[in-house]
Parts: sequence; structure tokens; C-alpha cells
Amino acid sequence: MSTVAVEVPALPDVHYLNVSYGWRSWLLTTDHKRIAWLYLLAITFFFFVGGAAATLMRLNLIEPQGSLLEPATYNKLFTVHGLIMIFFFLAPAVPAVLGNFLIPIMIGARDVAFPRLNLLSWYIFMLGGSVFLYAVIGGGVDTGWTFYTPLSTTYVNTNVISAAMGIFISGFSSILTGLNFVVTIHKMRAPGLTWFRLPLFIWSMYAASVIFILAMPVIAITMVLLMLERFFHVGIFDPALGGDPILFQHLFWFFGHPEVYILILPSMGVISELVAAFARKRVFGYSFVAFSSVAIAVISFLVWAHHMFVSGMSIYAGLVFSALSFAVAIPSAIKVFNWTATMYQGSVSYDAPMLYAIGFIGLFTMGGLTGLFLASLAVDVHVHDTYFIVAHFHYIMVGGAVMGYLGGIHYWWPKMTGRLYPEGWARLSALIIFIGFNLTFGPQFILGYVGMPRRYSVYPAEFQILNVMSSAGASILAVGYIIPLIYLLWSARYGPPAGPNPWGAKGLEWLTSSPPPTHNFEETPIVTEEAYAYAQEEA
Amino acid sequence: MWQGFPIRPDQASTIAAGWDHLFYFLTGISIFFSVLIFSTLFYLAIRYRRRSQDEIPPPTKENLPIELTWTLVPSGLCVVIFLWATSLFIRNSRPPEASAEIFVVGKQWMWKVQHPEGPREINELHVPVNRPIKLTMTSEDVIHDFGVPAFRIKKDVVPGMYTTEWFAATQTGRFHLFCDQYCGMGHSSMVGWIIVMPPDDYERWLNSQVKVESMAAAGAKLFLQLGCATCHVAEGVGLGPPLQGLFGKELKLQNGKTVVADDAFLRSAILNPIPVAGYPPIMPTFQGQMSEDEVLQIIAYTKSLATSGERKDTKR
Repeated sequence: MSTVAVEVPALPDVHYLNVSYGWRSWLLTTDHKRIAWLYLLAITFFFFVGGAAATLMRLNLIEPQGSLLEPATYNKLFTVHGLIMIFFFLAPAVPAVLGNFLIPIMIGARDVAFPRLNLLSWYIFMLGGSVFLYAVIGGGVDTGWTFYTPLSTTYVNTNVISAAMGIFISGFSSILTGLNFVVTIHKMRAPGLTWFRLPLFIWSMYAASVIFILAMPVIAITMVLLMLERFFHVGIFDPALGGDPILFQHLFWFFGHPEVYILILPSMGVISELVAAFARKRVFGYSFVAFSSVAIAVISFLVWAHHMFVSGMSIYAGLVFSALSFAVAIPSAIKVFNWTATMYQGSVSYDAPMLYAIGFIGLFTMGGLTGLFLASLAVDVHVHDTYFIVAHFHYIMVGGAVMGYLGGIHYWWPKMTGRLYPEGWARLSALIIFIGFNLTFGPQFILGYVGMPRRYSVYPAEFQILNVMSSAGASILAVGYIIPLIYLLWSARYGPPAGPNPWGAKGLEWLTSSPPPTHNFEETPIVTEEAYAYAQEEA
Repeated sequence: MWQGFPIRPDQASTIAAGWDHLFYFLTGISIFFSVLIFSTLFYLAIRYRRRSQDEIPPPTKENLPIELTWTLVPSGLCVVIFLWATSLFIRNSRPPEASAEIFVVGKQWMWKVQHPEGPREINELHVPVNRPIKLTMTSEDVIHDFGVPAFRIKKDVVPGMYTTEWFAATQTGRFHLFCDQYCGMGHSSMVGWIIVMPPDDYERWLNSQVKVESMAAAGAKLFLQLGCATCHVAEGVGLGPPLQGLFGKELKLQNGKTVVADDAFLRSAILNPIPVAGYPPIMPTFQGQMSEDEVLQIIAYTKSLATSGERKDTKR
């Protein structure tokens, strides 16, 4: 371990975890750090449910005729996998767990601006999640996560309304969390902590919060319209009722594309923190990285119809959305180059969070570059709705967002629990995840190029070898995800005490004890230097 | 069962090679930048590895020229890709004037095809090689998608509207047809074959089919059966516009707009009548009374009455 503490660290006598005990002290807490734990438990549960669905799908696809599942079951599994991973794991993962825990501490505040609203957000999330699980257990839903009409409103007879209701409810949790974060970041920064002294994680979370507030109402209203048509046969989307099915796609993706940036922006923020801490360098091009987050948030609202190039939209609309989609690639490229350059002349250590960060940068680069194929009008025609697209967004969402989340969990675990996780196991599982991930999703690029459509439970025999490779990779990936679950749980109880700053990192969160006291700081810190001021230590 | 390791789909249409060139270019760019980023990451991680615990690296210097370089170079590349892809897309979107037209109706979970000469097929489409084929497609229920990887074409098949795509096959053989838009339980079995034949074999195949009337003839019959002929009188003295010379003509509507009488207009005129200037708005709707196949037959009949030479094809 790269601990810089001289004496053997010990846990503080009183901290936020032991200040009170019992169910009530957790379920009625307004402490942002305890709420982060509530979210962590919930999303970990959802992650393994969604992961189990994916495992069954990959098992089924080992054989062309489907080795395991009825088509109807397979369709429910990919629908549930998509909805859970997007709405109940990735969307809350970094924001509601790491964001909740860290934003107040990183800006030197005692809590978020609206602590009780913060707890309410969790209850709304749990209510939405419960309604959704009810839909799944009570028979499932098989529309795909995109709910395309008129399939969802008229033709399937699964639990569309309760699933849509679950999404509708949980959206309010995200809106309130976003609102809370925006106000917190505006109003509660410590004295001296100007905008350009903020850690880049805060910039990313700010951008993501703005998208939460603006995009989530759109999915809420879209789900309401969907339920209206399905339940009352109001003609909105189904042409047989006088509606327009393409309208649904516009509404859905007007939310859907900003949504994918909600999923990746917070992880980008984590990567900025990790690269700086483990290279002991201020992030190269701080203001470029900060403003690229804002640029992504803005442009993300203008690219939605690139999901619809083969929907029968006019050529000229396609042309405009293609151009804008290329534009949103640039800020992401700027981030990648700046993170990479941060290591130049740095002091790079290979702790597990840094392995995740390096994995993120490389895999996100591949995910972003393959996005250029899909932004290109002509190219999209052939690879649209094939495994190429499945591979592309898993490189962003798993290679990017999940890697960033895991890196962040490892990096701040000593702060959250006060204890160190076993570094050897952590490095090993990071490596297993990297290998398993590439073996799972790499072959899917070729699979899509040779033409295999997505959402197929059975497929022509010529696609088998690539599917077997992908399924083999998925089993490795599953092992990679289970190992951290075990050692992190173990270390929360038995790990050696970490001390306030086990990484020798900069940032207000490392100035307070690990775990921090309930109000984060003994006295409000006063900020006199920029973020990541590693080089000024010698002065 | 193991047919080797697939690395490239068949290249069996006129647009496939041009598409592949752009795809290879993008793949080259992707591999170049992926290798560049990964090797730089590994190089920097090893070159600047932490040698002692209390090492303090020099301060990070901002460098505007470098920032501008890695902003502008990718931007320039994006402009090149955009221009290439967009011009290719526009060229690929326009069916040649001489295209033969074939009609496709998707329904859960099969493809129904009808040739203008009359023969129908299910989950198969026989076409002659080297002849541009334009598909006019609609769906009876949910959104489907007609994709043929070997031809590099794909287009959603949407209920309530017509979409079109075209191809000219360059190789004979059997090529997969997939439904690419998730359409419910049987989605993954909504698979068929495009069977590309030498022109002579195709003619023989067409003649070998059970003798059925052409789509236009079937449409003419429907036209009488459904009572359309009562108003749409040939000489133009009826309560509705005559079908003779109608297809492709510019029409003035009662709301003052001008439209071209193309497939999409005719379909909506039958199902959701649109009053045309000079005629009373008395056309009843045929929504729910005609199948998509029958609407297509009426349209085929209307097309057969278009005065040759003046015919304008739809642009979409």
C-alpha cells in the first residue's frame, strides 16, 4: 500500500458510522454519507440482478437455436437487463453513491443543501425500484428498454404499465437529486473555493445534474403518454388509433441521448480525480476538461435523432443530426487526451483505482471511436440495430461508466469505511474485468459488422463462433465482478485502518478523518489553493 | 455447423464496396487512435512510475498549442468523415430511375412480398441480378426493419407510412434478410432469404409461379368491388378525381397546399381522405376495411393508369 502516514493509523473514536445505531438511525438519516450507503446497497442488488439476466442471455446464445430459453423469456431478460442497468444501476451509481458521499465533503460543506429531500429521493428511488421489480416478478416485460410503440402500447401483453410506472417514479428521484446537487454546488462551497478551484469531479457532477433536471421530466411525460395510450387507447403513437410511432422515438431519444451522458459524465469526473491522485499531478488542461463537461451536457440535447437514421426520417434531418453527433465527440476526445497527458512527468503508482482509470481511458476511447461509425449516416445504415451497436455502447457503459464507478469505489472506500481493501485482490480483479470485458464485447463488433441483429434469441449458425467467444468472456467478466463484492465486504469489517489520507492525495475529502465525522469537518476548511496542488508541496 | 470465422459479410450489391471503403477508413482511424492512446498510457505509466513514496513531480504546465492541436485535428477528421459518409448516404438513398418496384408488408412475424406481376412470396424475395430493385414497404402492426447485410441496406418498416429502400444485387446466390427492429416475441425468427438469380432464371421462376393476376389487375378488380368507380369516373366528370394520369401529378388541395400524388399520398388519401380542390369532400375512409396489401394493389392500379413519360417517382 502506498500509505504515507508515519504512525500506524487508527479509526477515529466517533465517526458517522458509529455515531448512532439501529434501523431508525439509517432509514431516517439525513446524513448524505449514510444516504450514499443506502443507495450503494440498493444499486449493488440491482447490478447483480441485471448481471444475472445478462448471464442467462449469454448462456442461451452459446448455441444458434438457443440453448436454454424460450424466445419470450429471452426477450424479457434483455428488457429487464437494459432497464435495470440504465435506470436502477448506472444512473444512480456514481451520482447517488459517490456524488452523495463526496460532493459536500469535496466542497467543504456539512451536508447537501436539502438533506431531507435527499432522503426523500432515496425513498422515491426505492418505490420506483419496487414497482419495477413487481412488474418483473409478476410476469415481466418484453418491449426492450426502448418501449418502442406501437409494440409497447398495443401488441405485447406483458407488464408494460407497471414497468413504465417504475421508470416514471424513479425519474423523480433523479430530478430531486440533480436539483439538490446543483444548489449544493452553487451555495455551499467553503470559503475560498472558487469555481476554478473545484475538483473536476464536481464539474462533471454539476453537468450531469443539469441533465438530470432537464431530461428526466421528458421520460416521465413520455411514460405517461405511453400508459395513456396503452390503458385508455388514446391515439398518440399507434397509427391504427391515429397516432405517430415516430413521435415516440423523438420523445424517447430526446431524453435517451442526454441520459447516456448522465451515465458517463460522473464516471469521467471520477477518472479526473483518479488520474490526478495516482500521477500526483494537476490534471492537464484543467479548464479544457471542465468546460468539455459543460459542452457535452449542452450538445447532448441536440443529437437525439442519430438513433433514428433508418426510421424513415428525412435525409436532411439525418444530415443535421449526424453533424451534431460528430460535434459531441470532440469534448470527449479532449478529455481523453488531457487525462493521458496528465501522467507526463508524473509519479504514477499502479494501485487498483489507477488500473481502473487506465482501463477506462483506453476502453472509452474505443467506445467513442466506434461511435463515429454510428454518427456517419451511410455507415450507420448497415450496423444499426446489430451487435456493433451493442458492443459500442457497452464499451462506453461498461468499459467506461462501470470501470469509473469501480475505480471510484476503490479509491474512496478507505474514506467511506475507514479501512483499506486488499490491494492484491483488487488489482487482480481489475485485470480480470479488463480481460473479460474485451473478450465479451470485442467479438460483438465483428458480429455486428457481419450482420447479426441485436435482440435475437436464435441466430444463423455462421454467427456461432463469435457468440461463443463473447459468452466465454462474459463468464470471466462475471468472476471479475464477484471478487470485489467479497473482498470489499470483508475489508469493511476486517481491513486495516486507513488513516485520513492513505493515497497521499489532494482534496478536502482527504483532510478529514476516515471515516469522517457526521458533519464532515471539525471546522469549516478555508481553501487557499487550486485543485490538485501536488507540486506546491515542496514550497 | 462451424463455417469458419466470419470476418466480412458478403459484398453482393452495387453499394457494398463503396460502403466497405468508408468502413475500412473508419476502422483504420479507430485502430490508429486506440493503439496511440493505449501505448501512450502504458509508456507514460512505465516511464513515470513512482520510484519513491515521497516523490514530488514538477507542476503541470498549461499548453495552449497542444490543446488546440488535439481539438482541431480530431475536428478536421470528423469533418472529413462527415462529408464522406453524408455524400455516400445521399447517393445510396436515391433509387435509380429504372428501378423495378417490389412491395413488402411486414407483420408479426413474417415478410410478405408481392411482385408487380402478381406472384407473392413469404420470407423469400426472388430478384434478378444486376437490376435495381426498389422496395416500397409498410407494416400491418408494429415497426419492423428490412435489413440485408450482404447489400449493406436497412430501413425501418413502419405502420401507417411507406418507407423505401433499393438495391442492385451484383452476385447470384442466397442472402440473409433480417428483421433488425425488435418487433415482439418472434423477432428472431422474422428471418428470410433474398434469392438473386440470373435474369433468365428469374423470368422462368416468375412464369413458374401459380398464375395470378398482376397487382394492377387485382387493384382494378378491387376498384370496382369497393365501389371506387362510382365517383372516380374515368372522364373526369365524377365526384372524385379520375385515376387516369393521376400518379405523379401535382394536386392542389382544398387547404391551398400542393402535393405530388405519390405512394404515400395515395395511401393516406385512401385511408384518411384529403379533399382535393375542385371536388366535394365526400370520400369515405377505408381505414380498417382494406389490408395494406389491397391498398398497395390500388396504388399499383393507379400507377398503371399514369400517362407514361410524365411519371415522377417519389424521392424518398
